Amino acid sequence: MAAPPAVIMDGVNTSFGTNHVLRNVSLNVGQGERVVICGPSGSGKSTMIRCINGLERYQCGRITVDGIALTRDAASLKRIRRDVGMVFQSFNLFPHLTVLQNCVLAPMSVKGMKRAEAEALAMEFLGRVKIPEQAGKYPSQLSGGQQQRVAIARALCMQPRIMLFDEPTSALDPEMVREVLDTMVELAGSGMTMLCVTHEMGFARQVADRVIFMDGGEIVEEGAPDSLFAAPKTERLQRFLAQILRSH
Amino acid sequence: MGGYGSQFAAGILLTLEISVCSYLIGLIFGVLGASAKLSPWKALRLLGNLYTIIVRALPELLLLLIAFYVLAGAISGLAASIGLVKSDFAFNPFLVAVIALGFIQGAYVTEILRAGVLALPKGQSDAALALGLSFPVRWGRVLGPQVMRHALPALGNVWLNATKDSSLISIVGAFADVLKVSSLAAAATKDYILFYALAALCFLLISVVSMAILNALHIRSRRGLHIA
Ligand SMILES: Nc1ncnc2c1ncn2[C@@H]1O[C@H](COP(=O)(O)OP(=O)(O)OP(=O)(O)O)[C@@H](O)[C@H]1O
Ligand SMILES: [Mg+2]
Repeated sequence: MAAPPAVIMDGVNTSFGTNHVLRNVSLNVGQGERVVICGPSGSGKSTMIRCINGLERYQCGRITVDGIALTRDAASLKRIRRDVGMVFQSFNLFPHLTVLQNCVLAPMSVKGMKRAEAEALAMEFLGRVKIPEQAGKYPSQLSGGQQQRVAIARALCMQPRIMLFDEPTSALDPEMVREVLDTMVELAGSGMTMLCVTHEMGFARQVADRVIFMDGGEIVEEGAPDSLFAAPKTERLQRFLAQILRSH
Repeated sequence: MGGYGSQFAAGILLTLEISVCSYLIGLIFGVLGASAKLSPWKALRLLGNLYTIIVRALPELLLLLIAFYVLAGAISGLAASIGLVKSDFAFNPFLVAVIALGFIQGAYVTEILRAGVLALPKGQSDAALALGLSFPVRWGRVLGPQVMRHALPALGNVWLNATKDSSLISIVGAFADVLKVSSLAAAATKDYILFYALAALCFLLISVVSMAILNALHIRSRRGLHIA
């Protein structure tokens, strides 16, 4: 039997009060597929990827992650969150814990891993994001780029099958964007399923199998990065691309 | 000073017992109160608001008198009428006093903890949820310590007040706490200056030691913050 798709969203709708934020969003992400999501501010990009690990509730439609239906019952959420790692715009490292403690907390408490084993794993991933020497430091002692790389390592320590990124580089100073993108490119090379909200078009060209353009809570256009960027079909995407080019 | 030395020692001990017990009870009421005020259910929020508004509005002495002469009697009477306890049952006055004092402190603790929770960046809870951390781990290891870091100075003030308010207890029962011992001794010997100064010294001692401990806790709670 073939593995089920990594993520299936089927007619998902979300509202905050009267604000209808996601309108009939349907999306199929295959195992190992790398999807970049872009769109203007407020278009529902964050809401969409936060639905996938249950950080945001959806009112109707269906979401299935790695073959597990995401419902309101706690068991499905727990299983899905084990499989899905997430990296945020604002890093969200735990400030009172060291880098190493940030990385071992979930493997030890969720998976019941022994400390020695969890620390060895954490050091391996900190090595992969190229900051093993910072393991004993607190987040506030690191640069933004280093903090974001720790956040990536922390998520990887749960050995997820899917990684979600919500604008991982937009809170960074320009000179630190590269180191985080490099880490993500490397991760993409390892065959991880990735959904990434970003406006880094170079990154999208380099790693994305598919780019999704959202506007007003809908998926307006999608396709391979080169064709999508070279020949946008809708006026909304043309306008958006023009804006991005101007600001970069 | 006669044999008052041992009485003062016992008085300090009682003052500390009352303070510690009422404070711990206050922390429990505070956690419950803050949970109620932050809960998604309107009825609980209302209850939490009533609690903090009423308790903080009324004088502590009045609340203590109500607890002793109205509530304790009513509850034991009710318990006796349904045969839960014997008809001559009365609550242990120490217990009534520390619960009443704790209930009062709990209203202040409620506000402090609520502010601490509201000061948490939303991303902290998001990250903890995304990692799949369970409720106890989320609050015990991630959010709780950060709330405490924010709340510790104010909780320290509540503790210092608890040590002072413990002396209210002698109004409602025969408790020989520091203040009671000193006023009895002063009245008996007419040596007011000596014995009230001694009482003041006892409270000063308690608060100086408390502040040293609080300071150490505060430094510890700030791990990872503003170190450069
Ligand atoms: N928790 C919330 N409560 C109420 N409204 C919300 C909430 N989260 C998002 N919204 C609203 O939903 C809409 C979509 O927000 P979302 O954060 O998904 O957009 P986005 O595409 O990620 O935007 P950005 O590029 O600014 O991050 C916005 O109008 C926002 O105001
Ligand atoms: Mg967003």
